[in-house]
Amino acid sequence: MNTKDIVYIALFAALTAALGLFPPLTLPAVGVPITAQSMGVMLAGALAGSKRGGLALLLFAVLVAIGLPLLAGGRGGFGIFLGPSGGFILSWPIAAFLIGWLVERHKGDVPFVTSLIYIALGGIGVVYLIGIPWLAFAAELTLLQAFAGSIGFVPGDLIKVVLAALVARGVRRAYPGLGDGG
Amino acid sequence: MLKDVCLRLTERRIGIVGSNGSGKSTFARLLNGLLLPTEGRVTVDGLDTRKDGKKVRRKVGFVFQNPDNQIVFPIVEEDIAFGMKNLGFDKATIKEKTEAVLSRYDLMDHRTHPSHFLSGGQKQLLAISGVLVMAPEYIVFDEPTTLLDLRNKIRVARAIADLDQTAIVVTHDLDLLADFDRVIVFGDNRIIADGPPGPALQCYTETMHDV
Amino acid sequence: MFDLFRPGHSFLHRLPAGTKVLLLAVSGTLVFLVDEIVIIVAFLAVVLTLYPLARLPLTSAWAQLRPALWILVAILVAQGLINGWFVGFFVVARFAALLLLAGLLTLTTRVSDMVEGMERGLWVLRYVGVNPGKVSLALSLALRFIPVLATITGEVREAQKVRGLDRSVIAVAIPVVVRTLRMSDEIADAIETRGYGP
Repeated sequence: MNTKDIVYIALFAALTAALGLFPPLTLPAVGVPITAQSMGVMLAGALAGSKRGGLALLLFAVLVAIGLPLLAGGRGGFGIFLGPSGGFILSWPIAAFLIGWLVERHKGDVPFVTSLIYIALGGIGVVYLIGIPWLAFAAELTLLQAFAGSIGFVPGDLIKVVLAALVARGVRRAYPGLGDGG
Repeated sequence: MLKDVCLRLTERRIGIVGSNGSGKSTFARLLNGLLLPTEGRVTVDGLDTRKDGKKVRRKVGFVFQNPDNQIVFPIVEEDIAFGMKNLGFDKATIKEKTEAVLSRYDLMDHRTHPSHFLSGGQKQLLAISGVLVMAPEYIVFDEPTTLLDLRNKIRVARAIADLDQTAIVVTHDLDLLADFDRVIVFGDNRIIADGPPGPALQCYTETMHDV
Repeated sequence: MFDLFRPGHSFLHRLPAGTKVLLLAVSGTLVFLVDEIVIIVAFLAVVLTLYPLARLPLTSAWAQLRPALWILVAILVAQGLINGWFVGFFVVARFAALLLLAGLLTLTTRVSDMVEGMERGLWVLRYVGVNPGKVSLALSLALRFIPVLATITGEVREAQKVRGLDRSVIAVAIPVVVRTLRMSDEIADAIETRGYGP
């Protein structure tokens, strides 16, 4: 791992934190707040790659655990991981890693629709695959109940997948040097 | 890409000017091995930047245009200590040198403050401090005053003038170079003038008006 | 800095960060092995008494629960309707105790002490082939970047406001990411010019 890897890991951890500062948007139909934060996971994977993206989100989780209020809404501290939504945050490093790994398998540019699928697989698939069983275990719910309780977030997550793919494409165009030495 | 550049830098104060994209930043980055020449070579006191990269960096410090891109640590004193820790200095020396450089630049009160809250000029002085404590023999400055207001420009200019080290300053700020020993003018990736500041800067301003 | 720490001199403030993390991890695991409600309620009571003992006002205990309140209420209602109110109360009491206990760690430990404690513990990573120096550099850099990024985001939103785009995620995110990537490349150079060699 070279110096640039370390800097990118820190950058995408910080970027995920900064995205938590955007005011949350509430979808009128569902009534569930959408925060921009999980876009950090998607962007880290799509732009920094598997290893750097995954480690960036691991670093972010460490920063939250040691008490920095970096989660959307100013939440932080060790308690988050013991709570019902702990699994979602712990799934982020794996989600970013998977997105990065899928993107890296392409030699050139990833077609836009393909990138949507990749980001959704990591940013929604992995996140729910880990988050929901955690929620079920911690809250003594069945998997189905935990799933029903989380489904309200899916529309927002789909919007974020599209936004993250658009941002990733825009950044790659504006900054072609990305990925050097990665 | 720079072409046909053959220079020997021996003076204590050397200014580098040129329009945007004229190759002067590339030149600055060649001097301490941040960039390696594709053809030809760069040597510092006989050390080749390609072969002895580490030793060259030890000799040649580098101050970037934007101090936000140079300050690595969240707290002022931690940032100053970073380079010294990399060089393996012991704790007592680090403390002593940190205090010396902080009082030299009037930053002692900010020692334990977040570096983010310093003013632009203080940040640039912090960036210079972080380089200075590593005791390089030469310091390359890449547009050190471009982002500063007039008052801070003067502070940084004075800090550069007071250095014991050889300073090589890339800049658009021609006032900075008035007392320099030598000024090199880059244009179109080659050298178009080289000599004492008076004639060199005159040549530079004339070529700018030709456009 | 921007942490949640409350200064003080109680025994909890003086306890080393590593010890507190360990205690929290152990009790956090044990509590999931218990299915006696009496024990959970007793545990909750002990945690609550620790707040005044650490000279923390009870309002700060409430502040630990408030962000999670709607989730807790949702769980209570869901459990109450599906598995009975007794289970609901049990689950919510367990969460409350854990959140309050973790809050004690956050409130009585400086972030810098946590970072220091972590760095002292990082040598363990050597055995799995990770260089602790690199981890510690990444940690410091992230703390350095967070306020810089907040500033850059503010500047870009200001600039996009003129075009009415300050609430568009794409119009803000692309310039912010591009600017910070450029910054990162230069920071990597700056780190290397300051004698850091991986």
